[in-house]
Amino acid sequence: MQRAGSGSQTFPKTSLHGEPTLYELSVGGRSGVSLPALDVPEAPLPAGMPRIDNGLPELSELDVVRHYLHLSQRNFGVDNGFYPLGSCTMKYNPKICEEVARLPGFARTHPLEPPQAAQGNFALMRRLQEWLAEIGGFRGVSLQPAAGAQGELTALLMIRAYHADRGEHNRDQILIPDSAHGTNPASTTMAGFEAVEVPSDARGNIDLAAIKAACNERVAGLMITNPNTLGLFDENLVEIIRLVHDCGGVVYGDGANMNALAGVIRPADVGVDLMHFNLHKTFATPHGGGGPGSGPVGACAALVDYLPGPIVVEQSSGDEQGSSRYVLETPPRSIGRVSSFFGNFGMLVRAYVYIRLLGAEGLRNSAMHAVLNANYLRVRLRDLFPVPYDRLSMHEFVCQGLVEGSPLRAVDISKRLMDYGFHPPTNYFPLIVREALMVEPTETESKPTLDAFIDAMRRIAMEARDDPALLRSAPLHMPVGRLDEVKAARELILTDPAAPPMGAPLAP
Amino acid sequence: MSFIPHTEEERSEMLASIGVKRLEDLFADIPEHARFPSLNLPVAISQMDVATEMRALSESNVYFDRAVSFLGAGVYNHYRPATIDYVLARGELYSSYTPYQPEMSQGMLQAMFEYQTLISRLTGMEVSNASHYDGATSLAEAVLLALGMGSPRRNKIALSPAVHPQYRDVIRTYLRGAKAVLFGDRQDEAQAENWSAHVDAETAALVVQWPNFFGQLEDLPALASACRKAGALFIVAVDPIALGLFEPPGRHGADIVVADGQCLGLPPSFGGPSLGIFATRGDLVRRLVGRLVGQTVDAQGRRGYVLTLGAREQHIRRAKATSNICTNAALSALAASVYLATLGKRGLEHIAKLCYHKSHYAAGEIAKLPRVRVNPNAPEKPFFKEFVVSLPRAVKEVNEILLGDHAIIGGYDLGNDYPHLENHMLLAVTETASKADVDRLLAGLRAATA
Repeated sequence: MQRAGSGSQTFPKTSLHGEPTLYELSVGGRSGVSLPALDVPEAPLPAGMPRIDNGLPELSELDVVRHYLHLSQRNFGVDNGFYPLGSCTMKYNPKICEEVARLPGFARTHPLEPPQAAQGNFALMRRLQEWLAEIGGFRGVSLQPAAGAQGELTALLMIRAYHADRGEHNRDQILIPDSAHGTNPASTTMAGFEAVEVPSDARGNIDLAAIKAACNERVAGLMITNPNTLGLFDENLVEIIRLVHDCGGVVYGDGANMNALAGVIRPADVGVDLMHFNLHKTFATPHGGGGPGSGPVGACAALVDYLPGPIVVEQSSGDEQGSSRYVLETPPRSIGRVSSFFGNFGMLVRAYVYIRLLGAEGLRNSAMHAVLNANYLRVRLRDLFPVPYDRLSMHEFVCQGLVEGSPLRAVDISKRLMDYGFHPPTNYFPLIVREALMVEPTETESKPTLDAFIDAMRRIAMEARDDPALLRSAPLHMPVGRLDEVKAARELILTDPAAPPMGAPLAP
Repeated sequence: MSFIPHTEEERSEMLASIGVKRLEDLFADIPEHARFPSLNLPVAISQMDVATEMRALSESNVYFDRAVSFLGAGVYNHYRPATIDYVLARGELYSSYTPYQPEMSQGMLQAMFEYQTLISRLTGMEVSNASHYDGATSLAEAVLLALGMGSPRRNKIALSPAVHPQYRDVIRTYLRGAKAVLFGDRQDEAQAENWSAHVDAETAALVVQWPNFFGQLEDLPALASACRKAGALFIVAVDPIALGLFEPPGRHGADIVVADGQCLGLPPSFGGPSLGIFATRGDLVRRLVGRLVGQTVDAQGRRGYVLTLGAREQHIRRAKATSNICTNAALSALAASVYLATLGKRGLEHIAKLCYHKSHYAAGEIAKLPRVRVNPNAPEKPFFKEFVVSLPRAVKEVNEILLGDHAIIGGYDLGNDYPHLENHMLLAVTETASKADVDRLLAGLRAATA
């Protein structure tokens, strides 16, 4: 059982200012690495180009190591403990994937090497393209998008090009449910479309009457996250897709929640035309404190020619052995590049290893246990915290951070959870649930961990009634208490005041 | 295998709590005709077998330890101090999410705050975001920022043809949804003096790279002055290593400085993940894309860090956000910070000098080869780290000889992107190339061009 304050073991007590900054640690004349001397004659530096102090700090190697070790001790990842941050899929990142991605034969290859020198990388990319296409049911996949949001933008630009090719320039609207991630409407604007919000119904599905009314000749497409951000599989999915297709729109699946569906359903089998995969969610590549991720896009037959390029194709060598080689090819109607080179190749390696380890059965099992864990938490927590859409959920569910007879809010529950050694769920999203706490346990968490979390939530519900002041002052056992976000936004200290002023002339 | 810890007994207890008999019963909402498809994927293998298989696959590539490389063109072989991978392997950092809960994420937040400071000082700009995907996407977002600044009449983007061809491709893709006109980059070669005439009252921004794709250092003050006169933004994509040695674009009137940060301690990794650097003038801060970390205090006055100005971002502003970016390249930014902190002021300057002098040594010696010319179109222009070599035969053939006979990965074939530069190769020389390596390249080139 978790005890309140157990988190304090992870986070050592610190002085008032915590860990000093790099610039506070800097002492003129120090250096953290020895470098080779110049072994060629010096060339004259260009005339008229003055040099100035480049503004970097000066630390010894041990200073640097201790600094970042201390910073790591003031941070919490999946490797520290339970991280049920809804919508973010904080599943375990297997260590073998990290090890393989660092192999010099992958990590030390250059993207512009002659193709015959990089056949191993191309083979990996080709297979991953095929595997993702198989998992989603698509005709083709581009691995280039660097993140989920970039996958969204990619797909929307493909939709734009598709309609333009058909002479349907009037299609300028994208339908987006009100439960969608903010990236959906933001990507829509970037792609030059107008976002049209569609409300949800009382069961958490897209409101069928509303989407029926919104489907017209101006609709370019629908962006649908399914399961949606309430963790619910839309019960009218097939009908919704039919409505959008009937009015000439393209259906884009936001694959952010594909971790609930891998091996369970192939989105293209029910009419999804385009979808991005988040390799950093479904396929367990690490989130890295915010990135880098990877957001490959899959396309059905009608849209596959619009994928960003280049993609890897297999070409017969034409020799007697029937051997083949991998070459790059840009799809004939491609929207072009969305990032340099091949996207986040290092993430592709990790996802490849993950799929290779799990196979079809392991992927399905992972999705099923993600759903099992979420439903277990839902039924065990619903008597403590209201669950507004209380039906079988998929990989996550949303409850409300409200306790009867207590004035406390979701944020108070979240901050107190830290004291019990848990990362809080997602707060205040989706926007359609008041005081939302969005809980996503993932399949890699065990029943004892889930039970400890339930126990902490029960204690917090009790504390909320008995000692609301305690919760309002939480967290008590973190390196810092609640931080003044208003002050941060008003004063805007965005660089370290201890850093020297910019552009000082270089000392001789 | 999978990473599911459940025992049969635990599973049964959990299913009983939920009130269903079997795992499959949890999937009643999935359309029955499409439920539980059989997937045609390779059969799962053990971790040990995966390790063996992947090692073999990786060894089928030619990589930097198997050949001396002079290939750059946006991705470089720089030395990576051992501190970087030590820090990147900390699970507290790499297995964390975007620091939405600051009390539990002070480590990553402080690291990002320090990253913003390092980038600001290095580029000479007042503000840096907490990272973007890569150099190309940073540059495309900078262009969108410029287009969103003023009146819709300012819809032209002047783009130098000497900007990395792939960056220009990404800008074109990003502009598919915008009402904007790109001009300039279809010319054979940009000349600084041409721009002052083209950058006009309808121009939202001038975009250049420094050093440019050919390694040359164009005259930034002249370009900045053309922009100032026309009221256009001046956007500069830089090589951060060059800033160890030279005055940064922020001192020459740049409004936005972007960069690809792979050279700052990231492995080439076949082109990604990289790091997108994005820094601006202070008064553009509310138009900035991506995350920003600010310093503040808690109730007891203890210093702490939070994500700030979230009202620019998609999770708050939705359709009116400055960008759709959510996931960024935080861990890459961490690597860059550790790199810059480890090298420090003198270290980065030394690396920049090694790159400068070694590339000049290589260029000077190559220029002595018969039928070979160095920087033929701009012999007088200063350059850094990269230079153009015109060859008497196809680059592809020369590279095949270099790789096959001399274990050298040769330069980039500029004819791929610039038809008038057929038989021209772009060579990169970093601190990792010893004099002996350069001399080996000379011997290889001599043989390949004889």
